[in-house]
Amino acid sequence: MSLDRTDVDKIAHLARLQIEEQDAPEYAQNLSNILDLVDQMQAVDTTDVLPMAHPLDAVQRLRSDNVTEDNQRELLQSVAPAVENGLFLVPKVIE
Amino acid sequence: MEWEAVIGLEIHAQLATKSKIFSGASTAFGAEPNTQACAVDLALPGTLPVFNEEALRMAVKFGLAVDAEIGRKSVFDRKNYFYPDLPKGYQTSQLFHPIVGIGHIDITLEDGTTKRIGVTRAHLEEDAGKSLHDEFPGMTGIDLNRAGTPLLEIVSEPDMRSAEEAVAYVRKIHSLVTSLGICDGNMSEGSFRCDCNVSVRPKGQEEYGTRTETKNINSFRFIEKAIVGEIERQIDLIEDGGRVVQATRLYDADKNETRSMRSKEEANDYRYFPCPDLLPIVIDEDYIDAIRQTLPELPDARKARFIEEYKLSEYDAMVLSADHNMAAYFEVIAKTANDAKLAANWVMGELSKLLNQHDLDITNSPVNAEQLGGLLLRIKDDTISGKIAKQVFEVMWSEGGNADEIIESKGLKQVTDSGAIEQIVDEVIANNTPQVEQYVNAEPDKRGKMIGFFMGQVMKASQGKANPGQVQGVLKQKLDALVS
Repeated sequence: MSLDRTDVDKIAHLARLQIEEQDAPEYAQNLSNILDLVDQMQAVDTTDVLPMAHPLDAVQRLRSDNVTEDNQRELLQSVAPAVENGLFLVPKVIE
Repeated sequence: MEWEAVIGLEIHAQLATKSKIFSGASTAFGAEPNTQACAVDLALPGTLPVFNEEALRMAVKFGLAVDAEIGRKSVFDRKNYFYPDLPKGYQTSQLFHPIVGIGHIDITLEDGTTKRIGVTRAHLEEDAGKSLHDEFPGMTGIDLNRAGTPLLEIVSEPDMRSAEEAVAYVRKIHSLVTSLGICDGNMSEGSFRCDCNVSVRPKGQEEYGTRTETKNINSFRFIEKAIVGEIERQIDLIEDGGRVVQATRLYDADKNETRSMRSKEEANDYRYFPCPDLLPIVIDEDYIDAIRQTLPELPDARKARFIEEYKLSEYDAMVLSADHNMAAYFEVIAKTANDAKLAANWVMGELSKLLNQHDLDITNSPVNAEQLGGLLLRIKDDTISGKIAKQVFEVMWSEGGNADEIIESKGLKQVTDSGAIEQIVDEVIANNTPQVEQYVNAEPDKRGKMIGFFMGQVMKASQGKANPGQVQGVLKQKLDALVS
């Protein structure tokens, strides 16, 4: 299976990655290699194998419903580039 | 051409847990921005989710209430998209193995018919934060308090054919989740919101038309208006030779129309995969049975009991049983006054009228059930008439106090002293000679109706306090004495 330039652009857009024009063929090649590996795995007969959701053979442990976190806004916002009135500020996302 | 609408709904119900679905931060509404957003909610590096057992229990309760298959093994998946109010870059949700599988509910329509609506699935997921676009020039403000609040997304089959059916379905689900105590149902705070999928097709056609999705509608009235409007828009579009484009639309309550939304889902490719940070949730029969034992009375059962126990009409029972707070309120009054019909009339009449006028929920009613029950007792024992009771109720509403105090302090006690009543009747007869003559000269079978005029005059003269039954008797006796 081989990916072309359009596929690479689409994947990059979905992942919000900016890629350089000259790097695109290499990405296409590398991603195609990964898909080839997947194709190879698909060829294995898995008729009697149950699908699994997680590689660990364990089940989720649950937490009791209690509030255990205090307000740490000041600390947590100290690493934010822009903050105002307690809100995180980001570049405007709609016009 | 005759058209048929096809409607399917996705309801997001915020689960009423104290803490978030994957963190120990509080879910309380209305806190200062970002004071209830911890490191997990902010998706800081190195943090890991731990699933809230109460969210699981609540989801299973819902599944049992809609008679659904409960997922013995359910799995969280990542739904990947980028938006600033979703710090992780994915929403933790359930796609392939939801906690609640296929179930159903029965809705009752206005003409009394019932219809079964399929519930395709219900799954657990986390809510996103809130974006404030208008407050800062060129910037968007982000409040992540809501991020990580547990949601149950309830997906229906496309079984509804009109806005009326859709609203009946939403009301029923609302009634269920609030009765179960798993959601506070507060639509204006966004605890219960609805996405409507609408398409139209020529009546009789098998395949569905192209659908649009109108998102995040948060009132019953808007759901109805948005659906009616969208059906009309699609029919007009097709009849004018156009075609419906699959899109996400936004309902504008001010203009009462839907408009296309610049969507974060333009690329609409969420690349779901199982969340490696969370293990599968496995539950057994014992767990499910234990929850089944804790299920409270559900609206359908309550309605049947109201008909049986209180002899209410089908309609009264439906209205009073839908909201569990309203139902509890009604039961207290019915028992206090020992008169279910009177209690039903007051709850659905005067009380609901004032609640609507003041845009209040029954839980915020200034008059509690004990107060109203006490008032109805005074109607029952003839201390006051129904009409005076409405005055007392209004005083109770605005100033508080119990019925006896108000009746006493405002001097509203019914006049039952026959001497006093006779005196008023005599005055009315003396002051209305022309009407008395008409009465005397009328055909005997017309007189019954004419007595109403005198009743009105006597009640007015007594400021509504004379006992109507007694007045009627005295009037008839005195007027008829004039005839012969």
